[in-house]
Amino acid sequence: MRVNFTVNGSKETVDDVWEGESLLYMLRERMGLPGSKNACEQGECGSCTVYLDGVPACSCLVAAGQVEGREVRTVEGLATGSTGSDQELDPVQEAFVEAGAVQCGFCTPGLIVQSHDLINRVPDPSDAEIREALAGNLCRCTGYEKILDAVRLAASRKAAAAK
Amino acid sequence: MDFLRPLTWEDALAAKAEHPDAVPIQGGTDVMVEMNFDVHRPPALLDLNPVRELTEWDGVDGRLRIGAGVPYVRLIEELGDRLPGLAQASRTVGSPQIRNRGTVGGNLGAASPAGDSHPPLVAGDAVIEVESAARGTRMIPATEFYTGVKRNALEPDELIRAFWTDPAPGPQYFSKIGTRNAMVIAVCSFAIALNPETRRVGTGVGSAAPTPRRATAAEDFLSAELDWENRGPLSVSAAQRFAELVKEAASPIDDVRGTADYRKHALSVMARRTLTWAWNDYRGAVPGTGEGKEAS
Repeated sequence: MRVNFTVNGSKETVDDVWEGESLLYMLRERMGLPGSKNACEQGECGSCTVYLDGVPACSCLVAAGQVEGREVRTVEGLATGSTGSDQELDPVQEAFVEAGAVQCGFCTPGLIVQSHDLINRVPDPSDAEIREALAGNLCRCTGYEKILDAVRLAASRKAAAAK
Repeated sequence: MDFLRPLTWEDALAAKAEHPDAVPIQGGTDVMVEMNFDVHRPPALLDLNPVRELTEWDGVDGRLRIGAGVPYVRLIEELGDRLPGLAQASRTVGSPQIRNRGTVGGNLGAASPAGDSHPPLVAGDAVIEVESAARGTRMIPATEFYTGVKRNALEPDELIRAFWTDPAPGPQYFSKIGTRNAMVIAVCSFAIALNPETRRVGTGVGSAAPTPRRATAAEDFLSAELDWENRGPLSVSAAQRFAELVKEAASPIDDVRGTADYRKHALSVMARRTLTWAWNDYRGAVPGTGEGKEAS
């Protein structure tokens, strides 16, 4: 089947999509957007988290056909500018780099999307709020402390920038 | 495989009538897992996301009618004050990403004995509204909706439209046992709902029998035992007897998540705890007693 939707601000049409496949598969295997990671395929790990109409969801649990006419934003769509020297990372991405919140990096895209949403909704999250927001994102390197540091850093920068 | 995408409720019913073997998909948190792991490959998926009616809720004659497609996150944010038991259960569902997408309609459709929304629905006397193009609407009490492990009372041409329940007339609590606080399928769970108007106690036992069920004997015992009039203290023996009767109502199995014995024990503990929280709330609600409303 054919699926028409907007991804990272660009209107796309994808053909020959199998009716039973996930949004994650369509993004990675048909659209060259491998930022969202495929790990558990059952919504347990959060590494495939994307925005669907502005709400974070596990893209492995969204049927590709369900995004018809809708808006998807992946980790690739958080930075501004095109790839290259004019590209500017999102403050959350910057914070993950600076805080050393990336070890093997596999969980990072999902954590960044989920943290991005948290900071948008809750500008100054408490540790408990960060932990609850990230409860569905597993880091098997167990680098959670640095990840919490990164979220705190991103939130404080965002707050400072808003002043 | 077909992918059906009706845009209205009427079209959804027509599509289900024409394709009775189509599997409805809402948040996808159960259906897509089965697809991804090739457990189940239905002839068609029936996407209910575009059906706007399902995502709405309303008060009708003092009752709440909640669309089957309202996700858990909205139950928590928009209805947490009116349905505290269901909101507590909703908070224990998966992760934020799952609560953004998962729905009570999906929980009912999947009819897993471990579904988190079932105990509060059962305890709160919820009624499930289902509909078919051919025969119209049927109202099915939650207690009769579940017919077996992952089986429910839906006919092949029917879809779940909404569930009906009263705004909580009294304290409600939900408790669940799992290996951590998030991303956990219930080892077992329990819901309690006090109705001071009818002086009845409602209960819901989850993940400890082929279907979610009430602990009827425990409800009868406690409803008669509680000092509704004077809001007197809860006796230790009454709480223990209630816990015992809840335990007896369960018929759990040994499985990978826990043993039957453990589940029974955990249920009796949860029954006693949730009762204590609820009764303390009820007692604290008396103006001028100086007792806090907060549960411990």
